[in-house]
Amino acid sequence: MEILVCVKQVPDTAENDIELAKGGRDIEREDLVYSVNEWDNYAVEAAIQLRDQVGGRVTVVTIGGEEADEVLRRQLAMGADGGLHVNDEALEGSDGLGLARVLEAVAQQGSYDLILTGAQADDGAGQVGGMLAALMDLPFAALVNHIEPSGAGALRIGREVAGGDQEISEMDLPCVLSIQTGINQPRYVGIRGIRKVASVEIPQLDAAALGLDAASLGAGAARLRRLDYFVPQSGPGARMLAGKPDQLAAQLVEILKAKGGIR
Amino acid sequence: MEPVILSPAALPATQALSLALTLAGLGLFAFILGRRLAPLRLAQADLRPGSWGQRLAGLLKYWLAQYKQPRYPLAGLLHILLFLGFLVLSLRTLTLIFIGFWDGFTLPGLAGQAGHVYALLKDYTATLVLVVAVVAAVRRGVFKPARYAVPPQHGQDHTGEALLVLGFIATLMLSEALFEASLQAALTQAGQAGQPPAPGSLAWLLTLALGNAPRDTLQGLHLGGYFVHDLAFYGFLCLLPLGKHFHVLTSLPNVLFMKLAKGSVKPVRWGVADDKLDDLESFGVKRLEDFTWKHLLDFYSCADCGRCADNCPANAVGRPLSPRFLTIKARDLLFSQYPLHGASPEPQPLVGGIYSEDEIWSCTTCGACEEECPLMIEYIDKIVDLRRGLVDDGEVPASLQAPLKALDKRGNPFGKKEKARADWTLEEEFARQVEVKVLDGEQEAQALYFVDSITSYDPRLQDIARATARLLTACGVDFGILGKAEKDSGHEARRFGEEMLFQALKEHNSEAIAETGVTRIITSDPHAYNALTKDYAGLPPVEHLSQTLQQALAQGHLSFQPLAEPGVVYTLHDPCYLGRHNGLYEAPRQVLDAIPGLRRVEMERSQDRSFCCGGGGLMLFYEPVEETRMGRLRVEMAHKAGAEVIVTACPCCLVNIEDAIKTSGLEGKMRVMDLSELAAGQLSNPVSP
Amino acid sequence: MDNLFAYIMHREGAPHDSAAELLAAARQLAPQAAPVAILAGHGPELDAACQQAAALFPQVWKIGHPYLAQPNAEILRPLLARLVPQGALLLLAHEHFAMDLAPGLSVKLGAAYLPDAVAFTGIEGGRLKAVREEFAGLVSAHVSLDLSAGAVISLRPGAFKAGEAAPVQGQISDKSAADLDGGMPPARRRYIETVAAEAGEVDITKAEVLVSVGRGIQDQDNLELVFDLAKALGAEVSCSRPIVDAKWLPKPRQVGTSGKTVKPKVYLACGISGSSQHLGGLTGASCVIAINKHPKAPIFQRAEVGVVADIIQFLPVLTKAVRAAK
Repeated sequence: MEILVCVKQVPDTAENDIELAKGGRDIEREDLVYSVNEWDNYAVEAAIQLRDQVGGRVTVVTIGGEEADEVLRRQLAMGADGGLHVNDEALEGSDGLGLARVLEAVAQQGSYDLILTGAQADDGAGQVGGMLAALMDLPFAALVNHIEPSGAGALRIGREVAGGDQEISEMDLPCVLSIQTGINQPRYVGIRGIRKVASVEIPQLDAAALGLDAASLGAGAARLRRLDYFVPQSGPGARMLAGKPDQLAAQLVEILKAKGGIR
Repeated sequence: MEPVILSPAALPATQALSLALTLAGLGLFAFILGRRLAPLRLAQADLRPGSWGQRLAGLLKYWLAQYKQPRYPLAGLLHILLFLGFLVLSLRTLTLIFIGFWDGFTLPGLAGQAGHVYALLKDYTATLVLVVAVVAAVRRGVFKPARYAVPPQHGQDHTGEALLVLGFIATLMLSEALFEASLQAALTQAGQAGQPPAPGSLAWLLTLALGNAPRDTLQGLHLGGYFVHDLAFYGFLCLLPLGKHFHVLTSLPNVLFMKLAKGSVKPVRWGVADDKLDDLESFGVKRLEDFTWKHLLDFYSCADCGRCADNCPANAVGRPLSPRFLTIKARDLLFSQYPLHGASPEPQPLVGGIYSEDEIWSCTTCGACEEECPLMIEYIDKIVDLRRGLVDDGEVPASLQAPLKALDKRGNPFGKKEKARADWTLEEEFARQVEVKVLDGEQEAQALYFVDSITSYDPRLQDIARATARLLTACGVDFGILGKAEKDSGHEARRFGEEMLFQALKEHNSEAIAETGVTRIITSDPHAYNALTKDYAGLPPVEHLSQTLQQALAQGHLSFQPLAEPGVVYTLHDPCYLGRHNGLYEAPRQVLDAIPGLRRVEMERSQDRSFCCGGGGLMLFYEPVEETRMGRLRVEMAHKAGAEVIVTACPCCLVNIEDAIKTSGLEGKMRVMDLSELAAGQLSNPVSP
Repeated sequence: MDNLFAYIMHREGAPHDSAAELLAAARQLAPQAAPVAILAGHGPELDAACQQAAALFPQVWKIGHPYLAQPNAEILRPLLARLVPQGALLLLAHEHFAMDLAPGLSVKLGAAYLPDAVAFTGIEGGRLKAVREEFAGLVSAHVSLDLSAGAVISLRPGAFKAGEAAPVQGQISDKSAADLDGGMPPARRRYIETVAAEAGEVDITKAEVLVSVGRGIQDQDNLELVFDLAKALGAEVSCSRPIVDAKWLPKPRQVGTSGKTVKPKVYLACGISGSSQHLGGLTGASCVIAINKHPKAPIFQRAEVGVVADIIQFLPVLTKAVRAAK
């Protein structure tokens, strides 16, 4: 099975506050570290496991600047067979559809049975996979949390749906799936793994190489644009209690009593 | 003169038989030993650094003098007696072998007076060994001490094997005594003197009993005794390499080649320099032959005494790890992969085969097992090697992947920003009172305070950093910190098998430290202390804060005021990486005892038998399968000792014990503090603004 | 503004709670417009849901077909692409089905796509200005959406407050027959079954008081602190997703969009930061009290009362105080 996995390099924001920069035009990136989008990491692991089961190749593709090379190497170290790096300044400011068009062009240069994306990335939009499927006229499923081969040319998949239920379907190949976290336990990649693939050749692609018209890409063509970042003014928010632990507890007990919280 | 009784070598038939038995016995033994040694030849190199002087001293202490045996008094006494018995009787056994085909043989040096003395000694020894064998058999078979039990997941009960060996020993003693007694009885009947057995010994008793036996019976018993002994001896000899009594043979080389550098971790591959690690195809231990030859010898040498597991905190809280079975399962696998005859079964990976992943991640590397093992078997290096194998294959639990990734990206396991590393110095009151220099090239100092990650970032543990800074200031130490240039020491990264990450952290810190030009390093974290002293090289001298304080007290640079609340009972919890791995038991105790009015008790498990708090560094992130927490057991131990305050000298111990107090229902009755916090609070000349 | 549509999820014969929010959002875009609700499904449940939707929306389009008995975006998407006119604005709630349906639908409609909007701030020169959240809600962003070729807009559930509107007598148009002339599309994704999340020994959806625990508990053993407090209060224990992911508590205790939606009188959130997914399960809770050591935790925005404290230190104190007060 030929599998293409689309990955994105994102800032690691889990443990630290995000500050704004350039008057809100960007976030403060000086102190940020970057790594692969968590959902994408699950997608690559899913692809590798599937390949190990039925054979084939896993190719990872990313769109980003030079520094995005790191995430491709990381996924190669995990066990992906090849990487593709789309690096073109003209793509900056693309909206979801713009990125989906680039990925469509990448996918058309190969012959993939399955295309995976993460369910969402740092912007929380969760849109590129579905758009890519529509552009390529392939079936799509979002929030996939289970994949197994189902005879020739089909997969049995599970989707996460409301209330934690799982919706099971059968899906024809080729198709596009967006992968939810928890589908597997991605393997660890250390410095050693990344060094081992340091010399692997990763083809660099730009809009021209993909046969894309630069004018139809990037910020200019985007129908959804980000104007600025901001930290929302706190609403009324909670009434914050103050005092020593004992005093806090006493106040809470009074509130709990009043609200029927002690039975 | 006609001999009153025929010796085995007197008749051609019996002479031939004993010669044949000897050749067959030794041949079979050589064959079995050859098979057993086969995997050692395929195993990895192991350089065993250290001088022969140290090795011989170790051999005398731990092998000949059985130094660790008395830690378990009854079992230890029985073992020492058996061991000495074996040493004494080995000469007699050797003599008996020759007597089978060489009439009147005596060992050189044992003719004449020495021989008489030896004869008395061996009679008593054999008697004692028989008694010990019976006591040991009753103990194993009837009283069944709990630590010998085999949990179902680890295989079958081992009592049968133990009793079989004790049976062999008893047979050897009885048959030798019978051989001796039948001869003496015959000589006495014939009015000849001979060499009377030692009065009161087994042989003596048998001689009395056989006093009126017919000559033919005595002749039969004499030859029968001899051949039973011969058969039992070769049977026993060939049985040794088939089970846990292989230690009778392997203990000597195993102790001789024991690890001398406590607290250190073996290199990924002996003989491969750190900068050549990238060239290695595979890291760590994934299959049996990836172990070093010494580690395979360890497996052969285990006597299954159960002391390691008895002291293992992971085992105590029901984690799926028992050091005893880490060894026994590997030994059984060695036996089945290298069978005495027939084909080997298809090899399986170790983890996923005899070991589970959880088992390998459950170890806190506290070292209690190694401290206890009378045979100097190593566990930590094996666990680390197995983890290196798992890391190399990407098999790392999710709970550990996040901190490892953060260590790589940010130099701390929490993923906090580098620039926040010195934020602990900013606390208002502290900042007014103490100046902490950041040794960034613009400022200089004589000493470096290496804070390490957990003390730098954890809001609770930052108190330790501030207390340490106050104490260093009070002691007049000219010190500074690295600030954002400091990264995690990598101590846990290395012990969790992420060697390359450790190497990167080490390189970074070594460079950063060298740039400061300090001549002395002080740390409040025993893990950092161990890393800087054992895992790093070429640094200025490193000391743990407790040593700095001990020294300052001795020199009169530091004094404490009396406790505000006298009568409160304190106890010291020995951190594994301060105590067991580095032998620093006295320094923290001396600091405590220098505080006027401090009442201190010892827990039953203290010093080298200290019980791990639950593990530091990355172990704080790992989610083990367990029934209770180590910290909780530790708090109960302190409570039992009558202590109200547990003092430790390690940030990780503090976290674990503090959490344990909260969940053990002892909140309000017990508290825990770091040595630095206690000492800083008692400064008689506290640092003032 | 004409051509305003809202795709309404429904279940067991009733529209999803988000229907009223979609209506409110539509009115924000165009106060005078008559938005059309679209419901797809099959049989009496669809009929009943359409009836109820007609009390909210002036127009309801009903698409019924046995193939649509189970939500399947692969079947519905081409149908909607044929039904919804060029240049229309289609609103829907940003949840599991929308993530499946909407991105591709926008492509098929040739429309722009705005995912997971939390607020609209105005329309200017054919562009809609809206607010989205990025970086797991740590930062918000103003975005601008080109409406010239229509748009598909998904809305964060709970972000747009349902207005107080008098019931209307909406008109239900059955689009099932007329617009399915093209025949059912080939189903390249075939529904097999829905595996229900495991049922638990407690039903947190019926609890009047919930003590809910999140990542701040740090360690499985510390859960005792939470159960102690719940016992003192006479409450049930629920949790956020990380606790279930760590397998510390079973799935049926999880509150949130991928867990249960709860409606207790008092919801005591302990060490829960308050991701939007978690808050999505809290829509029915009347009084939320939050204890968290991070003063900036988003949960304090949703909560009525807040305490900044480390729950590991604070819960035992609170438990003691509760016991003393009883």
